Amino acid sequence: MATLSVPTSARTAKPRVLKSRAAGKLLLLALVAAVLAPWAATRWPGAAWPHELTVSLAKPLASASNWIIDNRDSHPLFLYFFGYVSNAVVLCVRAVYLTLLAAGWTGVTALGALVAWRVAGARLAAGTAIALLTCGALGMWVPTMQTLALMVVAVLASVAVGALLGLAAGLSDRLDRALRPVLDTMQVLPAFAYLLPVVLVFGIGVPAAVLATVVYAAPPMARLTALGLRGADPEVLEAVESLGATRRQRLLTARIPLARGELLLGLNQTIMMALSMAVIASVIGAGGLGDRVYQALASVDVGQALAAGIPIVLLAIVLDRVTGAAGSAKPAGTGQTPSRTVGWPYALAVTVAVALVTRLLGRLDWPSGLTLDIAEPVDHAVDWMTGHLYSGVPVVGGTADWAGHFTTWALDPVRSGLQWLPWWSVLLIVAALAWSIGTWRSASTAVLAMAAIGVLGVWGPALDTLSQVLAAVAVTLVLGFATGIAAARSDRVERALRPVLDVFQTMPQFVYLIPVVALFGVGRAPAVAAAVVYALPAVVRITTQGLRQVDPAALESARSLGATGRQQLWQVQLPLARRSLLLALNQGVVLVLAVVIIGGLVGGGALGYNVAFGLAQGDLATGLVAGAAIVCLGLMLDRVTQPTERRAKKGA
Amino acid sequence: MTKLKRRTALIAAGAATVSLLTGCGAADMTKQASPFAGAQGANSVTLSVQSWVGAQANVAVAQYLLEHKLGYRVDTVQVDEVPAWDALSQGRVDAILEDWGHPDQEKRYVEDKKTIARGGDLGVTGHIGWFVPTYLVEQHPDITDWRNLDKYASLFRTAESGGKGQLMDGSPSYVTNDKALVNNLKLNYQVVFAGSEAAQITQMKQFAKEKKPFLTYWYSPQWLFQKVPMTEVKLPPYKDGCDADAAKITCAYPHTPLQKYLNADFAKSGGKAAAFLKKFRWTTEDQNEVSLMIADQKLSPQDAAKKWVDSHPDVWKRWLS
Repeated sequence: MATLSVPTSARTAKPRVLKSRAAGKLLLLALVAAVLAPWAATRWPGAAWPHELTVSLAKPLASASNWIIDNRDSHPLFLYFFGYVSNAVVLCVRAVYLTLLAAGWTGVTALGALVAWRVAGARLAAGTAIALLTCGALGMWVPTMQTLALMVVAVLASVAVGALLGLAAGLSDRLDRALRPVLDTMQVLPAFAYLLPVVLVFGIGVPAAVLATVVYAAPPMARLTALGLRGADPEVLEAVESLGATRRQRLLTARIPLARGELLLGLNQTIMMALSMAVIASVIGAGGLGDRVYQALASVDVGQALAAGIPIVLLAIVLDRVTGAAGSAKPAGTGQTPSRTVGWPYALAVTVAVALVTRLLGRLDWPSGLTLDIAEPVDHAVDWMTGHLYSGVPVVGGTADWAGHFTTWALDPVRSGLQWLPWWSVLLIVAALAWSIGTWRSASTAVLAMAAIGVLGVWGPALDTLSQVLAAVAVTLVLGFATGIAAARSDRVERALRPVLDVFQTMPQFVYLIPVVALFGVGRAPAVAAAVVYALPAVVRITTQGLRQVDPAALESARSLGATGRQQLWQVQLPLARRSLLLALNQGVVLVLAVVIIGGLVGGGALGYNVAFGLAQGDLATGLVAGAAIVCLGLMLDRVTQPTERRAKKGA
Repeated sequence: MTKLKRRTALIAAGAATVSLLTGCGAADMTKQASPFAGAQGANSVTLSVQSWVGAQANVAVAQYLLEHKLGYRVDTVQVDEVPAWDALSQGRVDAILEDWGHPDQEKRYVEDKKTIARGGDLGVTGHIGWFVPTYLVEQHPDITDWRNLDKYASLFRTAESGGKGQLMDGSPSYVTNDKALVNNLKLNYQVVFAGSEAAQITQMKQFAKEKKPFLTYWYSPQWLFQKVPMTEVKLPPYKDGCDADAAKITCAYPHTPLQKYLNADFAKSGGKAAAFLKKFRWTTEDQNEVSLMIADQKLSPQDAAKKWVDSHPDVWKRWLS
């Protein structure tokens, strides 16, 4: 097998160098630990974070929250600034909502289909129409319109904010350096952590929901705008410059058009994230579809939850496909627009005509006879499931038994193990993991983030959350790598998987809570199950891609040496796909954390529960501290799993 | 018509932007309705629905009568108990029909800020306590005294409670002293939050089906008592003021006459709707009847309300006079 390394010597050499460097780092770290650990262990004995090192923020946060409630109707800051922001949001959402209602169900469906036809062709147009009609048929027309109204406003605001930030970062190096770490970090934070600060200022309601959505959805737009502007072909720019174009002309005629692909991808991502957030924001009073899911979950009415969840999924798929198609289409304005589609004025005219006709017929509301009640049959199915599958199935045991076993045999040992570790050793492990794959900078970020959790006084719950994340990531990786390998080795499997992965990847996080409650009841196990299902598609996809991209020459030479399929996999493909596997791990961890936190709503406990509690009791001190801890946990997990290269020899 | 509406909407949005830019005058965001309220331009009332079924029953009946007998349009919002007070004070909600006692909020909003007005008794008396299923009491008659709970702690052990007995609590938004009680009464129990009432009910039904022992935080009136008979565990008796310091509490929960609260402006100028909501008052049996229809027969709240209204005209006619 030694000859195997010949064709790939350049590749295998690198890990070896890395390894030796990593060993050096670990040695240094061990030295530091040998000095500091005994001191820390004698000074603050015990496994939990020492009480003397915590700072209680409960008092100041509670008084800040009280101050805001008392002064919200009198202080100039609120009257002259936040008040306007809030009013503007409400007016915009209301305007869009009334417009949608005035267009009626026929008008909205026609408009949706025509827009889809214009940008993405006839098939997606039909899909859009069917999706919108299904929303109506499920009796969810009005909630769907509420969610749409909120989305439209939030997406427009996100795009405006994101594009401005992206423009600034794309044109100025200094701003780029300042913004990039912030945007990178925002990308890995769970949606739940964004809710509390806006609630503190704006109170529960639509303005808070819209603003949380904007904060969550703007970063991808900013990142991709900056990326697109920076990635413009230098030769083209040179050519434009040599033609004597001014800076502004260069921007408008060359750089922005060249970045069209990235801009549209940014729009696509922003829309998907806004939808995901608009649904989660039902917890802070966003109304609409998310609210229906939330209410139904609160009464474990899986049928109702599904009736509201299906429109969310349909909206997500349609929006994703349509904006995705717009992004991959040939640049418009070059005269290549296929003539078979409709023009904008025509589309608008048809919409207005359809809306007017329905109005004249007096059928603006969804006809009540046309609703399909799926709640009842679904509830029956769920009752049957809980009756027959839930527990006491011979040999395999029921789903509730699995949940119980998983809690006792996996979650509990991991949690007690983590809580048994002395706090300083947890910090050491974090440092070792982050440093061995990254720079000292990413390692110190990770350690500081973890220490901040201790200082905030939520060490215990944070470790509880961490144990759920670890268990879920382990399950996700096992399942994801297995599926990914199967898909990489067989085209048929990959073809069969692709639509499934597509659908699962576009679904908002909230939707995953519905089936797991039906199957696993309440507790940490369902939270973990939801997280696994949510993170799987990304892991499978990255693994498959990584394995498929392995240099065919390396595989060929292995095959010619007589390696069996299994040897090829273990000794060639997997080692060569190491980077992709690490990326899959990183993505898996980030996605799992996001859902484990939301799992607080189905009995996941720990930090997620604290956030839910803070929102439910108006006890923002608890919620904000938990939110900050979630941010720190997300940061730490990202740094520990993300291989960071050293900056390309700038200082060295 | 469509165009006209659209144009007014556009003008409104434009005006908002202009006023935002020029910044003339103050904008009080505490006097701001939901953008989804009253969309069809009718007289509208917004009611807060809490997550438990009893509260849904109140709202369903009030909504049915307001819509069909008084011609209002009713919007309902699900908000948790404490945020609902905030929303009520801001006028984003017009009324809360069932409040289980929030002295801090009452002092802040009713007495100090005067943005919320009392709406009178709902007519139902609520009581929170610890309950065990009656089939368990038949096996162990002395289990209903808190002093004997430790003896039976091993019966209540679950995966989530570690080595201790499990005391199941429900939604994080409910009024509860259980953690302090377990602590102060030195019980060998662990409080486990199910995360929502529904989750708690599912769990209790599951236990009851297999006749397993469980100990739970629960309250009456509650429709589940008809399905799963339960007996209260006697805690040290409640005396006035024994719950003043929540951390040192060692006594049972009080019996609370449930209250209605209205937004102060709405109470003054809400016309017939406000007068009706102030008079709304029914009995525990009435509420349970509607709750059972919603939660157990899976009727929609509207249908359940219609059924009740059709069969009890003598009760609701009084509210409309």
